[in-house]
Amino acid sequence: MTEDVIRLLTPEGEFRAHPDYPIEVSPDLLRQLYRDIILTRRTDIESTALQRTGELGLWCPVLGQEGVQIGAAHAMRPSDYGFTTYRELGIFHVRGVDPVELLHLYRGTSHASWDPRRVGLGIFTIVIGSHALHSVGYAMGIQRDGADEAVLSCFGDGATSTGDVHEAMVFAAAFNAPVVFLVQNNQWAISVPVTRQTRAPLATRAAGYGIPSVRIDGNDVLAALGVTRVLLDRAREGGGPAFIEAVTYRRGPHTTSDDPTRYRDEAELDHWASLDPLDRLRRHMERVGALDPAFVAEVDAEADALGERLREAIRGMADPDPLGMFDHVYAEPHRQVTADRAAMADYLATVEGS
Amino acid sequence: MTSMTPTTSMTMVQALNAGLRRAMEGDPKVLLMGEDIGPLGGVFRVTDGLQKDFGEDRVIDSPLAESGIVGTAVGLAMRGYRPVLEIQFDGFVYPAFDQIVTMVAKHHYRSGGITPMPMVIRIPYGGGIGAVEHHSESPEAYFAHTPGLRVLTPADAAEAYVTIQQAIASDDPVIYFEPKRRYWDRAEVDEVSPISGNPWSSRVLRRGSDVTLVAYGPMVRTCLEAADAAAEDGVECSVIDLRSLSPLDLDPVVADVQGTGRCIVVHEAPVMLGMGAEVAAEVTRRCFFHLEAPVERVGGAYIPYPPNRFEQHYLPDVDRVLDAIDRVTAV
Repeated sequence: MTEDVIRLLTPEGEFRAHPDYPIEVSPDLLRQLYRDIILTRRTDIESTALQRTGELGLWCPVLGQEGVQIGAAHAMRPSDYGFTTYRELGIFHVRGVDPVELLHLYRGTSHASWDPRRVGLGIFTIVIGSHALHSVGYAMGIQRDGADEAVLSCFGDGATSTGDVHEAMVFAAAFNAPVVFLVQNNQWAISVPVTRQTRAPLATRAAGYGIPSVRIDGNDVLAALGVTRVLLDRAREGGGPAFIEAVTYRRGPHTTSDDPTRYRDEAELDHWASLDPLDRLRRHMERVGALDPAFVAEVDAEADALGERLREAIRGMADPDPLGMFDHVYAEPHRQVTADRAAMADYLATVEGS
Repeated sequence: MTSMTPTTSMTMVQALNAGLRRAMEGDPKVLLMGEDIGPLGGVFRVTDGLQKDFGEDRVIDSPLAESGIVGTAVGLAMRGYRPVLEIQFDGFVYPAFDQIVTMVAKHHYRSGGITPMPMVIRIPYGGGIGAVEHHSESPEAYFAHTPGLRVLTPADAAEAYVTIQQAIASDDPVIYFEPKRRYWDRAEVDEVSPISGNPWSSRVLRRGSDVTLVAYGPMVRTCLEAADAAAEDGVECSVIDLRSLSPLDLDPVVADVQGTGRCIVVHEAPVMLGMGAEVAAEVTRRCFFHLEAPVERVGGAYIPYPPNRFEQHYLPDVDRVLDAIDRVTAV
């Protein structure tokens, strides 16, 4: 990892304050972040297992990226709004998405997972980069409402090559929209390394739009929290858009259908495993005496209960009513959908009656 | 429209402008966004004067990026706004095609009915004005083929005034195709009466016993003129304006063809897999035992829109409609 990144927590777990990104590190905050990483990691592991046993069609592991996600999500106020990719389990967890809701999508019973009004997160799109524009539009709405809110817009290194991300930066700059772009540069877009997306550090692109940018250690949960909070505050106060490149690593496959052994070295994986965000936090908590055995056991028990709840909920999930696929195509009645639904109902009635 | 209701003679451009103004006055969440729609008033002047009266926050001159226009409008709609977008010309909508098809059309469905996408995307379309390439296309079938979108196209100024407001009032996304060659045609517009009527339905404009002419947008006037000409030869035509291409209301067409036994569908877009294919298939299925002749389609050839010195040959006109009438009545 390059050394030009903002880092508040060294890999050895030593806290180093940064004058531009003040953060009060209380034992309660550390325990909250620890708990969030443990629970996120448990959902991640359980979901892969549920895919491997045929209960889910697909899963997108998040291992390695929990630090930046959980830190950034904690920087948001409840009234702020977020737009994310699919590999954003840490953010979903912190914002209060029930993982059972989330897994409906991978179970194939629903395209969407949660109520965006409740958690302040748009449902994610699988098309890369599209939601960067939605983020800016939402932020333009905040401006017009005169609301004290801001948007966190998350995407990956691959997305930075898309036209929509470019257009999002153009619109955000033109309208001074209250949006913070958070790029998780996890080094790989499926099998293609970040060097195929860019010759310069991604953070340097922002300057071309007149948008300030920061490069952070994406495996440092405190840096993610501190930097994102400062930039969201700035956006809320009318300072306009900002851009964060979080340098991190996707240690798992792109999805459960991927085989990373075809394109990357074991040594690279080992290097990034040594920079694990949970290990780093744990080392710091041990240094400051914030990680007592009773707390660790309590969180482990909570994770076990979460795993059991997930397994039961997913294995017991019934297939949807076939006519449910006609629901919500339109907000108002549409004669073609009505006719197609009636035809399907008639057909099903003949099949069941035969 | 009764003789008691005062009306104003307007071009379609003026009618759209008046309709947009009335929608903006009625709902503070309605805002306009597009290229050159501010001080310039749009390249066709449809938004003339609106930024001056409603301000830059509600009439937004956007950067020159169609995907950006539609993509940011998705976010505005999620926030509770009702964006009305102007795509400058038909051939410039394709950079926004992904946002329209993948995001706008599917969002209400994907969100399980939680997040509607009340958005209108206005697109001047069609040929006949001697334009350079990318300025004369008829891409309506792409959008009508996409579940989740509604597609409307007015045939005259009076229709435009009413249906642009109905499109804006809809909680569903509406692709609103404006027949640019009819922009300067005048009609009497009723600005007083409450907006009423179902825009998602076909309109029977003329009744005749011999042939049913089906059209929409720019070809409605062409078919009315062809019907006048045919009548001089003793062939009486019905003319039906589909008006809404999604949903498609074929009940009036079917009812009429069951009387005439002959049907001709007319549009500027290529005949191959155009709107006429759906009309012909459904009319054939539902009127099979009433038909006296195969359903005919009159439209563009399967070529890109040609340079404008060819367009008098490419575009359907009164003579080509009359030629099709000859074919179906000769059977």
